[in-house]
Amino acid sequence: MSNYESAGGRLVTPVTVFLAALVAIAGYFVLMRFLFGIGADTPFGPVTNLNDGYSWGIWVVYDVVIGTGLACGGYALALLVYVFNKGEYHPLVRPALLASVFGYTLGGVAVMVDLGRWWNFWHILTPGYANPNSVMFEVAVCIALYIHVLWLEFSPTMFERWGWSNAARRVNKVMWVLVALGCLFPMMHQSSLGSLLIVMGAKVDPRWHTMLLPALFLLSAISMGFAVVMFEATLSADGFRRPRETPMLKKLAVVLSGILAVYLALRFADLGYRGQIPALFRGDFLARMFWLEIALFALPILLFSRNAWRESPQVLFAGSVSMLLAASLYRVDGFLVAMTPNGDAFHYFPSVPELMVTIGMIAFEVLAYIVLARVLPVMHGHAAPQAVAVPAGD
Amino acid sequence: MTVSRRNFLRGAAAGCTAAAASVAAPAPAEARGNKELPPEAVGLLFDATMCVGCKACVVACKEANGLPIQVPMERAYEDPSQALSPTNFNIIKMYKEGKAKTKDVAEDGFSFIKRSCMHCVDPGCVSACPVNAMTKDAKTGVVSYNADACIGCRYCVMACPFGIPKFDYDKAVPEIHKCQLCNHLWKEGRFSACADVCPTGATLFGPVTKLLEEAKRRQAMEPGTVAQFPRRSTETGDKTKEKPAAKYVDHIYGEKEGGGTQMLMLSGVPFDKLGLPTLPERSYASMSETVQHTLYDGLIAPAVVLGGLLAATYRSSRKKGGQEDSDE
Repeated sequence: MSNYESAGGRLVTPVTVFLAALVAIAGYFVLMRFLFGIGADTPFGPVTNLNDGYSWGIWVVYDVVIGTGLACGGYALALLVYVFNKGEYHPLVRPALLASVFGYTLGGVAVMVDLGRWWNFWHILTPGYANPNSVMFEVAVCIALYIHVLWLEFSPTMFERWGWSNAARRVNKVMWVLVALGCLFPMMHQSSLGSLLIVMGAKVDPRWHTMLLPALFLLSAISMGFAVVMFEATLSADGFRRPRETPMLKKLAVVLSGILAVYLALRFADLGYRGQIPALFRGDFLARMFWLEIALFALPILLFSRNAWRESPQVLFAGSVSMLLAASLYRVDGFLVAMTPNGDAFHYFPSVPELMVTIGMIAFEVLAYIVLARVLPVMHGHAAPQAVAVPAGD
Repeated sequence: MTVSRRNFLRGAAAGCTAAAASVAAPAPAEARGNKELPPEAVGLLFDATMCVGCKACVVACKEANGLPIQVPMERAYEDPSQALSPTNFNIIKMYKEGKAKTKDVAEDGFSFIKRSCMHCVDPGCVSACPVNAMTKDAKTGVVSYNADACIGCRYCVMACPFGIPKFDYDKAVPEIHKCQLCNHLWKEGRFSACADVCPTGATLFGPVTKLLEEAKRRQAMEPGTVAQFPRRSTETGDKTKEKPAAKYVDHIYGEKEGGGTQMLMLSGVPFDKLGLPTLPERSYASMSETVQHTLYDGLIAPAVVLGGLLAATYRSSRKKGGQEDSDE
């Protein structure tokens, strides 16, 4: 049998009830959106503040572009454990995979909420309609396939819970194929999420618009994956009252620093090559946003630079939060802040219902993670007596 | 946990091969250049120096496309439409500077500018659309929209450098709306309503090659030379009354912008002041597709990467199996 266990504990707590309430509020606005349109009026303001200048808002930029980046934990760990053969990180894989399954599945759901003509969604996967020249086509196909791969990768965990050991064994036999696919698809679409901006050309400030967008998005997505593993491991340890994984997270921090250094070097080399360095010192709002991004990207490298600092769970947590903010801000800047539409004066800031839908999605994700981590064997057993999955009673 | 050094190195090597393949494999693919003007491309020539701002074209466009006019027809010139919208495919905007005394002059002057779909030679919206709902006619080059195919992702809206495609945000069954050069009128022998109705010849319909010729002829004229100019369409033989040639800025907007457009523009005021974007000659569609084709043509690069990944994960799965046994 595997050496994983569920976290146990009660399912109905003030936290889970609060999260469920947020999900219900989001559900109401999603209903309004489907009945009356993406920008329809509700008693609480328009469903979204999207307009023809900013036709993609937080539903695309947070729920899909950032959301799937945050769901890269499974991908980043799979790369480390299975491709670079670092078996010692294996205990982190299942919790990361659980978060990835949810992040991506909800990203897919968010796409359906955002699509104006969602009932035609299947066109994108249908020869005759599909346009392989479109970056969106590549993103859609890869995310659709990856969601399936993720559920298959995660399925042995559920099969174990249900006692279907034969099914679990069968999936585990071809797990190496699933893991390889699970490394390929995110590589393809996380880079393409950056490529989405290329065709927007002059509308995206040249400090962000570059042909290297796919590489920069991919590197920052992998970093987000590692950072989110550190973030979740810390929160799970505290929230579920489990032993900390600090020795492993500490090493992960070194890997993360390395990727961040490559990312920053590539970003500045590209800016230099394109003659954009002076624009970074223009002192305008976008320049300030740029340096804020860079500071957030660089902070983890500094925090993780000393062995003694890496021993501290607080430092590891702070570094991972900084990294997650950095990559999120990079995406928000690229898609929204550094975007200047042609034509009339357009403005965009998400409406209250729009925000509530995104918050509801996050709440659903956290809620599902808590419920499933308490029910399914996703936590690494520490071979200590507490490994027996009795309800902790909280 | 007994990871032998040799096994570790072997796995790491496989991992690195996969990573390297993802970087190296794309190299051989070719860059996609700008697309060429279709053989029978038609379009519009808008000459801002001839436009008097009567907005007859705005109303005619609405009539031809069955769009609502927001005021009684006899006062149609008062239509408050200020911007392109789902019910407004064509708009005349005004440029004013300082005292706004002289027409077609940048300082203390004013000018009008027509905004409608540019029918790009290499359109971003067509490249962006994942389901071929935006298409460019192979013969005429008209960029048109098919709601039946559309999934409503609005990537066309995001991709257009001119802000043309407009989406119904307040409808449960939304569509994209834009100028299609009145291609629905062609079978009746008619052509773009905006050009058809233009009393001054400011908006002229015709084959793009002829429009470009005409634009170059006007630019070559000595300002003040009295001449006649084609009106409505280059093909109908309509002419304006004799009038003096205008003084133009030395630029035919749309000849090269973003890979060229099938709507060309002449003006006395620099185009950036009229609100038109400054675009490189290389189309953004070609940049985007170069990246996509480089990475994904024939799925060769993904196949190579997948091969490396499979080798790595297979090896590590063998090793992990043994390791799990030892754990138990």
